[in-house]
Amino acid sequence: MWVALLWLGPALLLIIGVVVFPAVQLVRAAFSRYSITGLRLGDAGTKNFENVLNHSSLATVLANTVIWVVVVVALTVLISLAVAQFLAKDFFGRKVVRWAIIVPWAASLVITAKLFTMIYDYYYGTLNLILATLHITSGPIDFLGDDRWTMASMILVGIFVSVPFTAYVFVAGLNAIPDDVYEAAKIDGARPWQIYWRITLPLLRPAMVVASVLNIIYVFNSFPIVYTLNDRNPGFLHDTTITFMYKLAFKSAEKDVGMSAAAGIFNVLLILIVVVIYLRTLKWQEQED
Amino acid sequence: MAVVTPAAPAPMGTRRKVGWARARRYVLPLVGLAVALAFLGPYIVMVLNSLRPSSDVVQTPPTFLPRTWQWSTFGDVLGDQRFLNWLKTSLLVATSSTIIVVLVAVPAAYFTARFRFAGRTAFLFLVLVTQMFSPTSLVVGLYREFFELNLVNTYLAIILTNSAFNLAFAVWILHGFFSSIPKEVEEAAHLDGCSRFGTLTRIMLPLTMPGVVTAVVFTFIAAWNEYVVALTLMLDDAKKPLTVGITSYVTGYEQHWDQLFAASIIAIIPVVILFAFIEKHLVGGLTAGSIK
Repeated sequence: MWVALLWLGPALLLIIGVVVFPAVQLVRAAFSRYSITGLRLGDAGTKNFENVLNHSSLATVLANTVIWVVVVVALTVLISLAVAQFLAKDFFGRKVVRWAIIVPWAASLVITAKLFTMIYDYYYGTLNLILATLHITSGPIDFLGDDRWTMASMILVGIFVSVPFTAYVFVAGLNAIPDDVYEAAKIDGARPWQIYWRITLPLLRPAMVVASVLNIIYVFNSFPIVYTLNDRNPGFLHDTTITFMYKLAFKSAEKDVGMSAAAGIFNVLLILIVVVIYLRTLKWQEQED
Repeated sequence: MAVVTPAAPAPMGTRRKVGWARARRYVLPLVGLAVALAFLGPYIVMVLNSLRPSSDVVQTPPTFLPRTWQWSTFGDVLGDQRFLNWLKTSLLVATSSTIIVVLVAVPAAYFTARFRFAGRTAFLFLVLVTQMFSPTSLVVGLYREFFELNLVNTYLAIILTNSAFNLAFAVWILHGFFSSIPKEVEEAAHLDGCSRFGTLTRIMLPLTMPGVVTAVVFTFIAAWNEYVVALTLMLDDAKKPLTVGITSYVTGYEQHWDQLFAASIIAIIPVVILFAFIEKHLVGGLTAGSIK
């Protein structure tokens, strides 16, 4: 027991100090009243939670979050399957393609998001320039200002930055499938799509579970994209629960730390529930060794 | 993408297969080029925009290529004291966090991979839960904690945060690598009189180098790219990391798009090199750690 503490002690210390303790602080803050400068004024009971639940933008924010997470994760997984299948092939220049795909993964999300504010720009944006050059649109589209386009524009960036990591997980999964399985199937006269549907996809399941769970967590918690691309729109019309929470404490007129903490607790519970439900439906059991 | 499923159901049999085999030598690289362009395209725009004056970036009608080429921006940015401060913070924070994570994660991962003890499952569960939290979801709690400890606006606060939140992934990956090495290897070392610690450093670590490298690179990149905590905790301009600092090149008051993009490219390059460097291990590391 003491030996275990010696080996695990530093890790425990770090986790308790910087993950568990802030979580406790978050709970404490959620039940407290704060001044606008962040001084604790006293107990608030459940008032902060009620304020969040009664917030006029809550329904919009929740709907945005569902759309954001579901669409980004689903399309990311689909596109990554195709990209991974392609990357697993042997062809001239494969290495270069793999390096190219690394770039959006390696680049900081803020940088990519800032870059896209320029690409999406109504007056100077490259995307509108491309669309106009190809005669797809007659006039420029306000991708980030027009309410009909904002969410779709953010989702595109969300997918763009999520595919590289996911594709790499799938490439690893594909490489783990032994070649003789395919050969046996071919000898049995299976068609390519049968092989893909009956052999490749089922054997990719562990990779799919890992990729989906991690993506759900990442995309749900994703802050920089929504925060940066949605920067100039007032209110919470295109916010997800994460940016909603952040704005409550640090950006909105109220600067209400207590209410933001309450929203933060809802966030943590929400992601826990979603992941647990997802894993349950997949009847996943944690295999130890 | 039609090419993804090669050798489509072929009623014509071999003749079509031969045709495809010949065509794929040209088709696959072309599709590869398209895929690469799809992922690089935005960053090509970034490079082009860093090579033109800011006034040219925001001029209608927009153009693909710079109207005037301006090569001085990179030099300007590298000579800008503010930029150098941000760069220093990013290097300091990412390096320190990575060192802490390795020092803390290796013993924990090794011990849990090798020994059964009371609380082992509880510890692994705690690590798994940590993985589910992000600094973003806890940012208000983190702010409260560091506010009360008087650590707001200090390097220590963001170094500790980056270490703690990347620990889970490192433990996870290393645990998988350590578990995959047969016990007999260690027992042999033991018989030869190697201590427990000696076995770890002299036998296990060299064998699991790909895992360690993966953990190092992932932590470094995550810390290098971290945004929310630094945005919230670092108030002094000079103490901000690159991710937070460079956004002040373009605000409601001033627009230095050229400098923003040049600074971004300087921030991205080391990370891409690191990633390309471990590309082979990237795949292996992810499999060993997560896909079992």
